[in-house]
Amino acid sequence: MDNLLKIENGKPIARTDIPNLPLEGFSQTLVDLAENDGFVVQMFAYEDGKDTKLLAVMRQKRDLFVTGCSVNKEFDSLTSANEKFHMFEREIAEQYGIRPLNHPWLKMVRYHANCTGAQDVFGNNYKEEIPGNYPYFQVEGEDIHEVAVGPVHAGIIEPGHFRFQCIGEVVLHLEIQLGYQHRGVEKMLPKVPKKRLPIICETIAGDTTIGHNLCCCQAIEGLAGLEVDEEARVVRTIALELERMANHVGDLGALSGDVAFNPPANYFGRLRGDVLNLSQVLCGSRMGRGLVRPGGVAYVLKDEQRQLLRDKIAEIKPEIEHVCDLLFTANTVLARFEDTGKVPLERAEKLGLVGYAGRASGVGYDARDSFPTECYATLPVNRNTMTNGDVCSRATVRREEIMHSFSLIETLLDRKGDTEAVFMKDYKLSPSSFVVTLNEGWRGEVSHCILTDATGGILRYKVKDPSFHNWTGLAMALRNEEISEFPLCNKSFNLSYCGFDL
Amino acid sequence: MLKVIKNRMEQGCKTSKYPKEPISLYKRFRGLPEIKKNCDPALAKLCAEACPQDAIDPKKKKIDLGRCTFCGQCEMQSGGKFVHFTENFAMGAANRDDLWTDGTLPDLAAHSKKHFKKLFGRSLQLRQVSAAGCNSCEADTNVLNTPFFDLSRFGIDFVASPRHADGVHVTGPISRNMKAALLTTYEAVPGPKVVIASGACSISGGPFWGSEDVVGDLNSLLPVDLYIPGCPPHPLCTLHALLNFFK
Repeated sequence: MDNLLKIENGKPIARTDIPNLPLEGFSQTLVDLAENDGFVVQMFAYEDGKDTKLLAVMRQKRDLFVTGCSVNKEFDSLTSANEKFHMFEREIAEQYGIRPLNHPWLKMVRYHANCTGAQDVFGNNYKEEIPGNYPYFQVEGEDIHEVAVGPVHAGIIEPGHFRFQCIGEVVLHLEIQLGYQHRGVEKMLPKVPKKRLPIICETIAGDTTIGHNLCCCQAIEGLAGLEVDEEARVVRTIALELERMANHVGDLGALSGDVAFNPPANYFGRLRGDVLNLSQVLCGSRMGRGLVRPGGVAYVLKDEQRQLLRDKIAEIKPEIEHVCDLLFTANTVLARFEDTGKVPLERAEKLGLVGYAGRASGVGYDARDSFPTECYATLPVNRNTMTNGDVCSRATVRREEIMHSFSLIETLLDRKGDTEAVFMKDYKLSPSSFVVTLNEGWRGEVSHCILTDATGGILRYKVKDPSFHNWTGLAMALRNEEISEFPLCNKSFNLSYCGFDL
Repeated sequence: MLKVIKNRMEQGCKTSKYPKEPISLYKRFRGLPEIKKNCDPALAKLCAEACPQDAIDPKKKKIDLGRCTFCGQCEMQSGGKFVHFTENFAMGAANRDDLWTDGTLPDLAAHSKKHFKKLFGRSLQLRQVSAAGCNSCEADTNVLNTPFFDLSRFGIDFVASPRHADGVHVTGPISRNMKAALLTTYEAVPGPKVVIASGACSISGGPFWGSEDVVGDLNSLLPVDLYIPGCPPHPLCTLHALLNFFK
C-alpha cells in the first residue's frame, strides 16, 4: 500500500514522507479504504508554498494512515461514493474555496470567508453577519409545516439553528445549521505565540477542556521531543476520566429532566458538581483548566489530594449507583427512552459516528482502546452490551462508562510515582513535520493535527471535535420521530456547538 | 415510589448555607490574586512576558482580571513571589477599570446602582445569551439551579424568553455570527434592563482576544452594569456578584 503511509498516534513524521498522490489516486485510495472498515479522522486542505494540498488521516481497526495530494480549484467529490467524507468536503470548500464537484449537499459549515481570498464557493457576502444564508431543504405538500428554533434557545445553552420539516407531529427531516459560535480557532492557532496554545485549546469546547488540551499538548510533545513521565500520565488520565464522569452524570440528570422525572434530575445535577469539585482538588479548576501542559502536568497529585479523591469517590459512588438504579428501573422513564431516536448500526457506520453515540449503535470504536495514549494501554476497556441505537442505549452506555471511570480512577490512584510540575515554555518544534493526535474525549474521538514549516513555525493547525461526526447522527435520529422527542434525542447525544464551530 | 423515598433520604438536604455562613473552597482554587508589591521588578516583567493572556502590567504591578484566565502560570513562574492566587471568589466589579487589580477590589455592594437594588432586589429574571461561549461559563452558570446553590431561593431566575427578563447575562467573546442575535435578544428585553458580562470572554475576548471573528468586548455593544471575571467564573463568584449587586 504505497498510497498510504502508516503512522502512529502522536509520533511526528517528516512532511516529505506524506505520500503525494495524483488527485485520482488519492480519491480512489480513500474510497477503497472507507469501504473496507476505514473511517476519516481528519481531512483538510493547507497551503504548502505555492501549492494547495489535501491531506487525509484515516483509521482502520488499530491502524492509522496518512495520504495527500495537490489540488487546484476543484476536485471530484468523494461523498457520492461514500458518505463519511460529506462534512469534511464541505469544510474544505468553506475554508479554502476549493469546490468538491458533484457534492450532493454542498452548503457552508460555519459561515465565514475562506482564508485564501479565492471566490466563495457558496456565493455568500460575509458583510451580512447571519449564518444560514442559503435555501434550507424543504418538503412540499399541503400538510407540511416547518418549525424553526434558535439560534438563541430557551435555556442556558449554546446557540444553533434547527429547522424541522414536519407532517403533523412527525419530523420528516431535521436540518441543523451551526456556525454561530465560530471564533476563528484554526486561523488563530498558527499565528499566536506558543504560550497561548494550551489556553485556546482548553476553550475549544469548555466541557472537553482536558480532551482537547491533551491533543494539543501531545502534539507539541511529539514535535518538541518532550518526554512525559508515568506519574504525570496518571494525573492526565484521571483528569480525562473525571471529565467524562462529570459530563455523563450531568447528562443523565438532564435526560431525566427531559422526561419529567425530577428526583434524579436534581440528584445528578448536584452529583455532577461533586465530580467537578474533584477536578478542582486536582488542579484548582472545576473544568480542568491549567492542568495539562506540554511535558507533563502543572499540578502534582500528592498524598493529600489522593486521599481527598478516594474519600469523595467512596462517598458518591454508591449514591450515583442508587440514583442510576432509580432512573433505569422507572417504567415511565424506560417507556420514553426505549425505541426513541434510533440510529441503526448500518447508518451509524455510514456516517462514521464516534464515542458513546457510535457505541450505543454497536460501533465498537473507542480511541482509548484502538490508539491508547497516556495510561490507557495498561487499563481495561469497557465493552457495552446494549446496542439498539436508541436513547436508552445511549443513556445506558453513559451509565456503564461512569462506573468504568470510577474503577479506572481507583486503579490509577493506587499507582504512585513522582513527577515535577511543569509550566508552559516556548518550545522549539521540529521543522517540516506532521503529527496527528487522537484521544477519546467524553463525547468521542478528539483529534488535532499540526503541520510545521521549514523554520518550525506552525503552518497549519487542524482541530476536530467528535461533534463534527455526530451532529448528522442527531439529524438522522429525529427522522420519523415526534417533534416533542427532540429535547430527549438532543440530550442523549449532547453535542458541542463550539467544538463544531471552532 | 419506594426507591424515590430511599434516594431522597440518602441525598438529604445538600443546599449550601451561603451567604449566611461563609464557604471555603479547596486551597488549589485560584481566586482573587494577592500581588507582592515589593517584589523584584525583573520577576514581575518575567511573569508579564510569560502570561499567555498578556494580562499583567509589570510597572504598575497590576493584573487585569477581565483578561486573566486564572491559569496560574505567573504564580508558578514566580514561585509565588510576585502573585499568589487566594481562595477568595468575591471578584465581581461594577466598572471595567476596577478589574485592573493590585490585589484589592472595590466593595461591589457599595458600587451597585441604588435603583437596581430597589427594582430587582426582590426579583431578578435574567435571559442568558451564549455568544460563542465555550460552554464552561454556561455550565457553571447552569449549576446555580442545582440543589446545592438553589438560586431561586434568592428570587433570581434564568428565564426562557427575553420578554420575561429584566436583563441579559452574556457569556462568550461574541462571535460575528452571534452579534445580530445578541442585539435582537437585548432589544426584546423590556426596560429598565441590566447587562451582565460573565467570564473573561465577554469582558475582553478571553482566550480569543485578537481574533478577527469575535467582537471581544461586550461593553462596546451594550452598556455593561456588572462584570463577573473568571474562565469560567466559579458558580460562587457569580452568586456572590449577583447577591451583592442586586440584593
